[in-house]
Amino acid sequence: MAVAAKGLAAVRHTLDNGAVIISKEAHTVAAVTIQMSARAGSIHDSNELLGLSHLASRVLDRGTTARSSEDVAEALDERGVSLSVGANRHVLTVNCTCLSEDFEAMLELVGEILMQPAFPDEEIETRKGEVLNAIRQDEDSPAATAMQNLFAMLYPDRHPYGRPAKGTIETVGRIGRNDLVRFHEARFAPSTTTAIIVGDVDRERAAAAGERVLGRWRKPAPGEIALAHPPSDRARQVRVIPMMNKAQADIAYGLTTIVRSDPRYYAYTLMNNALGQYGVGGRLGDSIRERQGMAYYVFSSFDANVVEGPLFVRAGVNPSNVERAIGSIDAELRRMASDGLTAQELADCQQYLVGSIPRLLETNGAIATFLQTTEFFGLGLDHDLRLPALLGAVTLEDVNAAARDALDVDRASVVVAGPYQP
Amino acid sequence: MDTNMTARVLDNGLKVLVQEVHTAPLASVWCWYKVGSKDETTGLTGVSHWVEHMNFKGTTHIPREEMKGSIEKFGGSWNGYTWLDETTYMETASTAGLDRMLFIESERMANCMYDPDDCESERTVIISELQGSENDPDTLLEQEVIAAAYKVHPYRHPTIGWLSDLQTMTRDNLYQHYRRNYVPNNATVVVVGDVDTDAVLRRVEKQFGGIPSGPDLRRVSVIEPEQLGERRVEVSREGTTAYLKLAYRAPALGDPDFFPMLVLDAILTGAKGINLWSSFRTPPPQRRARLYRALVERRLASSVGAGLLPTEHPFLYLISATAMEGVSLADLEGAATACLEDVARRGITDRELIKAKSQLRARLVFENDSVTNLGHQLGYFETVANGEVYHSAPARIAGVTQTDVERAATAYLKTDRRTVGWFQPPLGSPGEAT
Repeated sequence: MAVAAKGLAAVRHTLDNGAVIISKEAHTVAAVTIQMSARAGSIHDSNELLGLSHLASRVLDRGTTARSSEDVAEALDERGVSLSVGANRHVLTVNCTCLSEDFEAMLELVGEILMQPAFPDEEIETRKGEVLNAIRQDEDSPAATAMQNLFAMLYPDRHPYGRPAKGTIETVGRIGRNDLVRFHEARFAPSTTTAIIVGDVDRERAAAAGERVLGRWRKPAPGEIALAHPPSDRARQVRVIPMMNKAQADIAYGLTTIVRSDPRYYAYTLMNNALGQYGVGGRLGDSIRERQGMAYYVFSSFDANVVEGPLFVRAGVNPSNVERAIGSIDAELRRMASDGLTAQELADCQQYLVGSIPRLLETNGAIATFLQTTEFFGLGLDHDLRLPALLGAVTLEDVNAAARDALDVDRASVVVAGPYQP
Repeated sequence: MDTNMTARVLDNGLKVLVQEVHTAPLASVWCWYKVGSKDETTGLTGVSHWVEHMNFKGTTHIPREEMKGSIEKFGGSWNGYTWLDETTYMETASTAGLDRMLFIESERMANCMYDPDDCESERTVIISELQGSENDPDTLLEQEVIAAAYKVHPYRHPTIGWLSDLQTMTRDNLYQHYRRNYVPNNATVVVVGDVDTDAVLRRVEKQFGGIPSGPDLRRVSVIEPEQLGERRVEVSREGTTAYLKLAYRAPALGDPDFFPMLVLDAILTGAKGINLWSSFRTPPPQRRARLYRALVERRLASSVGAGLLPTEHPFLYLISATAMEGVSLADLEGAATACLEDVARRGITDRELIKAKSQLRARLVFENDSVTNLGHQLGYFETVANGEVYHSAPARIAGVTQTDVERAATAYLKTDRRTVGWFQPPLGSPGEAT
């Protein structure tokens, strides 16, 4: 297979100032995806100004020191460019897809947005209003409410992974322009910036443009934030949030697991695939959707991170089925922890995940996101080539040990949000 | 669109479209049926979508337990959807899985089981899907607005169906709908990817050639009568946020006004493209779009969007806005309609036309970035209208003039052709507008 044989063969340059440029040629369509990121995610928010990183992501692209908000808007709209800025816990990313003919102009604009935002007062007020509206919409969403509460339970005591990334009505309300300027000053610097360029642009052209845009930026490296480990020995806890105006209850059920650098990562990935992904939601889907007809969606997700990330299960069920659904989740986790996977299940999941790699690395956007993750966790430029062997090397013993370690229902956190009262 | 697509029709009426794309060792197979929620009658709303669900549950030659893993072993993904005019199934996997994908689709066409216990179990799954979507006030409002916008045309009912129909429909209803519509002369098979066209055509003939044609299907002929005045609908449910929808009667895909309306939509809310499978997953470039500036930049709404969707019969141009805290729906509606009336009355600028066309040109490139997305487009347009509309879309967009757009704005953005919807949290709700 062409892709598996050659791999992505992305090229990585580190500039004098520490900024990293990774480029990958792909000529399927005459377009380029640019992802430029800084280590400025929500873990850097103080408790008093929760939502600062998120608000920064909403205002960052609304005017630079060289261009007004209107000029930025015009530059994007006249070329049909899709540009968005998003922040997760660790990283804030400017994501842009443009025609290849617009590549240089757009890389320059993306660099400007990241390095020299103007944070105009007018824009801050408008975007702040949008964020406050979005927080209120989340409060009315059983799915968002269930997930926010689950993370607060898994990562208590205002742990940066447990706080709402958008902030609260109160904390966002008190964020001012000076806070955004200080945040940018403190967290954005070349040594923690990565530019990923994927698409219809050759590697020399990409590298030259990257050097031209980021090469002259000079700023000291930001300090690192130390993150505490989440508690691993907590008793099971259940929280119910009645939302009686809704039609269906959302269940969020989770546990904390391991860090991304843990060598058991691939065993956990396969265990999660068998539990709640393979086919229509793995074993959970077989039980809760296919055999019992209780839910349209039920699945599990595993998200190892810098500190111990979560494995969580989500399901949407009729309120009369809440107890039965939670009982079925418990039963499937217990069964997998005690009996493990079958050899056939492991082989199926390995074949599926290895076989999926060319499909998952088909589009410019997907490749850029993969390279961004690879760079963030230091997995190496050849990670796509090594991935089949890493997954293939997992034994039944490894995956069953992962199930035993992770799937302890007696320390699970469970949230139900919806038209339900116990 | 510049393609090297090959089209054939088998003796049993099955249309086959093949396009070679050799950028990755993948193949995408789509099988389309010209049946959607439009083709349903009172009491049986949602039958097409339920049938789609049943068609993943095993066939005569693929026992149910073998369905799981059948595509996964080739690293593949699979899915399906039902909408107004069509039902479709897809698999994208390594090219080694091509025979398996075609075999599954041929089995799906001819040999699904409809085990009574499976039908019952799926009833509650679909009701769960319905109730999950009703948790979202925006979806709830959209359903009410569409129902109010049509008196007689079956576009008025939601694709998932009304709850009472989902509670009463029988296994026989499902099976009859399946047998009547899942025939080769009502279907199109699309294969896109790292394949050899001649080999694909031989394989399709082998897998599908023996399936007999069915009788010609009766097509929906009802025409929605002219709307005689504005219609209004209000949903009152507890919530934190108020939502507005404006639904205008819109041209069908085959209407010469469709592409001028598409350009008009780009001017009003930013270009989305014409791929239902991929276009709406990335935000449109809309910062300089008229409705965005009139509503979001003026802090009346936290978001505004719109959709002109390619449909067989005339559907709706549906505009949605989320009211900012403290902004009344009356004020939001006033600002939105004033903006639309301004376009209809005073027209557009040269610059707006050029920008809208550039945006659409870019979106048409972005939305075809995978064999899956390309396969969707070839089959979708063949099913809803004809392939020519798709292949000529770039030229048709390029040919739209300022006069075309202004004529479309005048003809379609009319007060007496619209349905207005409000989702208004009642007094005492946290987000009640003052």
